[in-house]
Amino acid sequence: MAQLTYRASVSLAIAQSMRKDQKVFFIGEDVGAAGGVFKATVGLLEEFGKERVMDAPISEQAILGAAMGAAMTGLRPIAEIMFSDFLAVCWDIVANQIAKTRYMSDGQINIPLVIRTANGGGSKFGAQHSQSLENWSMMIPGLKVVAPSCPSDVLGLMDSAVKDPDPVIFYEHKSLYAFKEEIEQTDISIPIGEANTLHEGKDITIIGLALMAQRAKEAALILKDKHDINAKVIDLRSLVPLDLQTIKKSVIETGHVLTVEENPRLCGWGAEISSLISEHCFKNLKGPVTRVTTPHVPLPSADILEDNTIPSVELIVNEVVKKLKENNYGNNNAIPWRNS
Amino acid sequence: MVDKLNDDIGEKKRLQLWEMMLKLRLVEKKAYDLFLQNLIKGTSHLALGQEAIAGAFGVALKQGDYTFCTYRGHAHTLARGSSIEGVLGELMGRQCGLMKGKGGSMHLTDVDKGVMGSYAIIGAHLTIANGTALASKYNKTNEVSVCFFGDGTTNIGAFHEALNMAKIWNLPIVFVCENNLYMEYTPIHEVTAVEHPAADRASAYDLDRVIVDGNDADEMLRIAEKAISKAREGKGPSLIEAKTYRHSGHSRADPGKYRPDEEVKDWMENKDPIKNYRAKLLDFNINEKIISEIEEKIKDQVEKATEISMASPIPEIKEIYTDVWANGGSEWHN
Repeated sequence: MAQLTYRASVSLAIAQSMRKDQKVFFIGEDVGAAGGVFKATVGLLEEFGKERVMDAPISEQAILGAAMGAAMTGLRPIAEIMFSDFLAVCWDIVANQIAKTRYMSDGQINIPLVIRTANGGGSKFGAQHSQSLENWSMMIPGLKVVAPSCPSDVLGLMDSAVKDPDPVIFYEHKSLYAFKEEIEQTDISIPIGEANTLHEGKDITIIGLALMAQRAKEAALILKDKHDINAKVIDLRSLVPLDLQTIKKSVIETGHVLTVEENPRLCGWGAEISSLISEHCFKNLKGPVTRVTTPHVPLPSADILEDNTIPSVELIVNEVVKKLKENNYGNNNAIPWRNS
Repeated sequence: MVDKLNDDIGEKKRLQLWEMMLKLRLVEKKAYDLFLQNLIKGTSHLALGQEAIAGAFGVALKQGDYTFCTYRGHAHTLARGSSIEGVLGELMGRQCGLMKGKGGSMHLTDVDKGVMGSYAIIGAHLTIANGTALASKYNKTNEVSVCFFGDGTTNIGAFHEALNMAKIWNLPIVFVCENNLYMEYTPIHEVTAVEHPAADRASAYDLDRVIVDGNDADEMLRIAEKAISKAREGKGPSLIEAKTYRHSGHSRADPGKYRPDEEVKDWMENKDPIKNYRAKLLDFNINEKIISEIEEKIKDQVEKATEISMASPIPEIKEIYTDVWANGGSEWHN
């Protein structure tokens, strides 16, 4: 039994995949000699050498293009985009090339590629280094979207992502890099597309991802202690493929749903889940699905501003209490983009 | 005049090149006819007039080598040996098409022939071609990757990122800029800081400045063989700028009226690679009967392939839902 940080689990997960399969190599900016700007890839260069751990120039298109081309020949590259915000400068390669080439080629080409990237807020980095962009990739057919919430999920999901024959975007949350977990076995595999239950309960279903899943779990503990509410917390782990069955099963039991998203309000993944729930479980619902998101604003930088923008444990608790105890389904963090 | 005594190419290879270029020309002409008959929908970008470049590389490359081209890629695909009905069938959206109608004119792909795709977003494929080249280096195999693109591509960021990466990693790749003097509808010199859009940028990436008459098939073949050998021997990337000219407009919708009549006439009458190569074959004392027999053979092949394509069924509607994922399907939730 060892205590492992989320950060350390990233480099361990990559190393484990590289030890198992010579076809796996790793490419990114400052990933080798420097060990990554978040120190999440320390030790890889020393173990695997320059041929398999490649320090690239600041050329995100060239990095992902090279990874894609190599994957087309059967290699299994892991490419790092330092901050998920930088996906915007190579989005053509992601959205037009990596995602669509298999389909357009009528299945002649597979792209077994992992793009891992530091995502999410909490570091007061401002609007261009803090975004939660899972929903950008979720809306493009051909991309799998994974976002682990704890060290063991990093290990298990990275193993599956590297082995997956399709392209996977692997969103690591910056605010979780220091998160610790006791881990018995490190060489594990978790199938992509299976949600995880972080807290059991039958009063309400709270659905989260990455940091928001951890905050939902903390909220569930408070709800139980202070409000006698038993919340089931589902950590989706991946948006594509989506574990709709686990969601349905819980919603049928609870009849109340709250999604917790870190992305801005419009077209966040919670909207898709809400729509699926209304299609599949409408008669089981006791009230509308509530979406807790950041407001529809770019993320501000100052402590007090950022802290009050990203959904907090307190906000989740309050929204659940309002819903279940006060029959109030209004969600006042979502107003500014629409007229009332 | 030709130097028959010091002929480094020889009759066999010249006839191979002749047959190749003729195939590219006649299939492209057929594609144009099928458009006029409304049998090909969507758009199409013809490479009429630019056959010597794809043709020369088609002759010079080996099986197993990788090629990447743009949306103007019918010729480059055929040059690797893809079937004519595979290309025309794809253009017509038939089951016999290379991708059964799922990609269309701008995305021709034939992995068995090394055709790693045709790319319709300017610049992207230069970075992707680096990836197959990187794989050859990583696996210590000796395939060469070749990436064709137009003059307009030299002004997009991906071009510069790709050249830099190819150089720093000494990748076995050949970048081929087909400078047909127009970036879509605009003269390239009006929107480019340097006179030769690719060659004048070469020094920025410590590459040789290579400019070639892209309508001189023999010269193209020499340059192609040299750059391919260099890559195969582990001596790194090359950037070639081949001057050429489109006989037709940019795409189906473009009659090309922005080009001066005299300029078009000069290129069509005096610099047509096919017309000039036929004359050169005769200069090298190649029997005209052999030249004509090849012409008849290719015409016949194109007609037969057209018949096969037109007789091929249209795709089944269920194809919409296949091959998003490697499991063959398109499901995104359980």
